[in-house]
Amino acid sequence: MLGVDSLTVTRGGVPVLEGVSFDVAAGEALILRGPNGSGKTTLLRTVAGLQPALEGQVNAPEESIAYAAHSDGLKANLTVSENLSFWAEIFGGGDVSSAVERFDLKSLSDRPAHSLSAGQKRRLGLARLLVTGRPIWVLDEPTVSLDAFAVAMFADVVKAHLADGGVALIATHIDLGLDAKTFDVGPFKAKPRPTSGFDEGFL
Amino acid sequence: MKALLFRDLQLAMRAGGGFGLGLSFFLIVTVLVPFGVGPESALLSRIAAGVLWIGALLACLLSLDRIFALDWEDGSLDLLATSPLPLEAVCVAKALVHWLTTGLPLTITAPLLGLLLSLPDGGFLWVFISLAVGTPALSFIGMFGAALTVGIKRGGLLLSLLVLPLYVPTLIFGAEIARRGVEGLSVSVPLMLLSGITLGTLALLPFVSALVLRINLR
Repeated sequence: MLGVDSLTVTRGGVPVLEGVSFDVAAGEALILRGPNGSGKTTLLRTVAGLQPALEGQVNAPEESIAYAAHSDGLKANLTVSENLSFWAEIFGGGDVSSAVERFDLKSLSDRPAHSLSAGQKRRLGLARLLVTGRPIWVLDEPTVSLDAFAVAMFADVVKAHLADGGVALIATHIDLGLDAKTFDVGPFKAKPRPTSGFDEGFL
Repeated sequence: MKALLFRDLQLAMRAGGGFGLGLSFFLIVTVLVPFGVGPESALLSRIAAGVLWIGALLACLLSLDRIFALDWEDGSLDLLATSPLPLEAVCVAKALVHWLTTGLPLTITAPLLGLLLSLPDGGFLWVFISLAVGTPALSFIGMFGAALTVGIKRGGLLLSLLVLPLYVPTLIFGAEIARRGVEGLSVSVPLMLLSGITLGTLALLPFVSALVLRINLR
């Protein structure tokens, strides 16, 4: 469902990973591993379509990717349910109440987002994935600031998503207990290329 | 797009949303001008239309850097870029919200504040009309500037420098309409030119801004 074909991704115009290829079929997850600064985030942003690839291509059905990164895109002055309903409406109407239920946010649903703890905000950010209704989840460190209980809750949600025929591409350092292949980005580190002085990195 | 429009309006109205910022700045400027230039009503009524236009323009400028910066900081802009909503529509919604929270209140209050500047009788209608036609252009040009500078820390200064020259034609024709209206002359030529600027920015800038945003999001 999600295929990446000899992809070269750049950060600030400098290639960081090259020749990355993998395929993820429906119902499967792929865990990205690699030390800090190895280009996991850049790879995920390229897969999500936020930046163009230098070489190679990403094959995925159109409008099928939901992206979640370090920042959750929450508005501090809106309540939990207002935040979720907004994203549900933008992405075409997912089920807000079940998303709230599954991330155990029900008792918080009328609280403004600025009064939540870091872990609660993270759960709200992840609940957004459920209301997008998109099959491919591209997640960048989804478990940051979650406690052990919330991590297990999140793993269950991912498992249910995979069982529904979804796909997840997750960059993480911890073990989620998913039955998934791992993909180490280390060997794909880009070799320095000769620059021709004035390149598109400048633009 | 309706959802985004509604959410941004809601955010603007809530505490810390900055709804009254432009309006109160406009009020302060027009209240202070008579103190600065003296109470001579003949002089005031001659400069009233121009002062109202400059005040409105500066008040617009004040809230421009919030258009995209807040969504950029909390990651919403990335998420909007991956959503089914085209970035062009995001840009239109953002500019529209800026106009509804800044340009529209300014347009409505300008005739009232004209009283403080002893604006001549014939001027009230034309100040109102020129601002109603011109402020959408200010919001759309400002949205373009905000798209250019999104992601730059403390980009407000750069934004003002970029946007001010682009604001000049709008100011010239807007103030010209108001001035000719005050003097009872025909306003059709500046009014047509100002409408042309506004319609041009409305048609063109959402596309350019979306392009610029895509580059800035990389």
